[in-house]
Amino acid sequence: MQTMSKMQTVSDKNEKLIIRLQEVTRIYKVGVERIHALDGIDLELSENEYVAVMGPSGSGKSTLMNVLGCLDRATSGIYELDGEDTTRMTDAALARVRNERIGFVFQSFELLGQLSALKNVEMPLIYSKNGWWTRRKRAKNVLERVGLGDRIKHRPNQLSGGEKQRVAIARALVCNPSILLADEPTGNLDSKTSEGILKLFDQLHREGQTIIIVTHEDFVAHHAKRIIQMKDGLISSDMQNDRDPRDKTMTQSSGQEEKI
Amino acid sequence: MRALIQAPMAFVRLAYQSVYLALGQIWTNKTRSILTTIGIVIGVASVTAVIAALTGLKAKVLTLVETFGTNTIIIMPTNPEKGSSRESAWWTYRFLPEHFDGLLEHCPSVEHLSRTGGIGQRTAHYGERSAENVNIMGIEPAYLEIENRPVILGRIFSIIDNMQVRQVCLIEPKLRNKLRLDRDCIGQTIRLGHHAFVIVGVIEPRPELNFGESSQERYEVFIPFRTLFKLGKPGIFALAASKSAEVVEDAQAEIKFFLRRARNIRPTEPDTFQVDSLKSALETFNKIALMVTLVAGGIVGISLLVGGVGIMNIMLVSVSERTREIGLRKAVGAKKSAILTQFLIEAIVLCFFGGLVGVGFGQLLTMAIANIPNVELVDMAYIPLWAIGLSFAFSGTVGIFFGMFPAIKAARLDPIEALRHE
Repeated sequence: MQTMSKMQTVSDKNEKLIIRLQEVTRIYKVGVERIHALDGIDLELSENEYVAVMGPSGSGKSTLMNVLGCLDRATSGIYELDGEDTTRMTDAALARVRNERIGFVFQSFELLGQLSALKNVEMPLIYSKNGWWTRRKRAKNVLERVGLGDRIKHRPNQLSGGEKQRVAIARALVCNPSILLADEPTGNLDSKTSEGILKLFDQLHREGQTIIIVTHEDFVAHHAKRIIQMKDGLISSDMQNDRDPRDKTMTQSSGQEEKI
Repeated sequence: MRALIQAPMAFVRLAYQSVYLALGQIWTNKTRSILTTIGIVIGVASVTAVIAALTGLKAKVLTLVETFGTNTIIIMPTNPEKGSSRESAWWTYRFLPEHFDGLLEHCPSVEHLSRTGGIGQRTAHYGERSAENVNIMGIEPAYLEIENRPVILGRIFSIIDNMQVRQVCLIEPKLRNKLRLDRDCIGQTIRLGHHAFVIVGVIEPRPELNFGESSQERYEVFIPFRTLFKLGKPGIFALAASKSAEVVEDAQAEIKFFLRRARNIRPTEPDTFQVDSLKSALETFNKIALMVTLVAGGIVGISLLVGGVGIMNIMLVSVSERTREIGLRKAVGAKKSAILTQFLIEAIVLCFFGGLVGVGFGQLLTMAIANIPNVELVDMAYIPLWAIGLSFAFSGTVGIFFGMFPAIKAARLDPIEALRHE
């Protein structure tokens, strides 16, 4: 019952719109050919949503990810993040948006090999305006939050795959982003480790984090509350996830919470 | 107000971060960094060594000049550079002793004057012993004053020596030793050519200016000016000293004016003599030293250029090796300027490191140069502070210049492409 009331408060907050895409297209020119990677997408995302984007390769899900992450610009259409139109921003402003509002998690972790876990997590704060002076403390806190408080001095090659991805998630969270974008976060992990990472996502979601996961694996997608299917640069289906795996994992993950 | 504080803070942050990252990167690739900077090291080492050698040479010459005195003026007959008498034979414009009569009275800035004549080298004999390459100079008493060579034993020439054309001479200790005269050789007689001369004094040796051709010993013997005419027809020149170093130029002008009148040179005609001071000779020397510095600098600049290309090459390799890292940094919010600064500072730090090692090697080279046996000319070689500053400025410039292209390349990378890079 307690969890139910918690869910209730979460859904109250759902009013706030974080992402609004309007008729967004992304067209690549390859020679004389024009490829419509995104062919007019409308999408709205509220705070604390947990969305999985699925679709076969070439469906445009990576392009959507890049546009949502402000790594790429829409060819046309409007993309509002936190109520701000990003389509007409300068490169520097976009870099700031990426720094402050977006956290990326990649399939292959993308950790810098010569730096310790702590330094890796600190990195986004190096480029942030306000976080620089408190970067060590904040990095430490967020590493503790993902359950790696005892591994902060380790280098990536001294960590397991799951631990590496946790460091990467900590790095994505260190700037308190509006959205966490994960591109196949379990693609390089075995299924047991994947489950651990997905549990971490569940935990973050419960803590109020907005999450978007790009995946082609059903068991990953079913952790999300909303599943978007893409095909040929368009959203082919957008539905709430009826099969909720949380019932099964709830007790375990709350146990994990206490441990942290 | 907030922005005013934040802007420099952001810059400090960026600079600190970039230097920190650059040092980490250089440390990670130690071998590569060392090999890369060798070009810069060689360039900087050679530039500092060349400057050190020249500075030492200059310091040496300056000390020599100080012993001679900066108020010394040398008056020599010359072929005029232009005009009708340009091609005339030397005897038409040679000095005659009477040209200088009354000069001291008419030139208020001139303190001393000594007509001086040379008849070339003769052999000196004492009994069975002889010394070759003895330069015989006819001088007036003021000569020793001007040249700052006091008598250490005996006396200087008197006016009477000159008037009576006495066959007396002053010798150097070197000649005394060569001919194995008594230690107190005053009153002993040596033969110069076919004439016997009585030694009246021993004078201090000339400060040695050794240009590394000391295989042949040279000696100087001084005799009264008028006595010289007994031995042959001398070439005459004159030495003068101004009252102080400040009025050297006045004295030169006065002498020039006086001699033009004494030699009946018409106003339109060029001088048939030259009046040089060590001051003007020093200026000439400084000009030559500057030119040598520039030429050496140009040559060394080429080696720095080669070093710079090496830096650029390695930075390009570094950029393509770290493409994914650049993509990641951009994805987490690094601006173009941050990436640019990071790679630029890495190149600059590499160059500065090269500069530092180069100055160290330059110091070793300088010590080696200063200790070359038998070449006293550069034994005062040292690296002046400005040369160290220049070396660092130069290597920094090389870093900026050759690091800019790779850094721009890195900054322009598209983050999506970069993250996809294998």
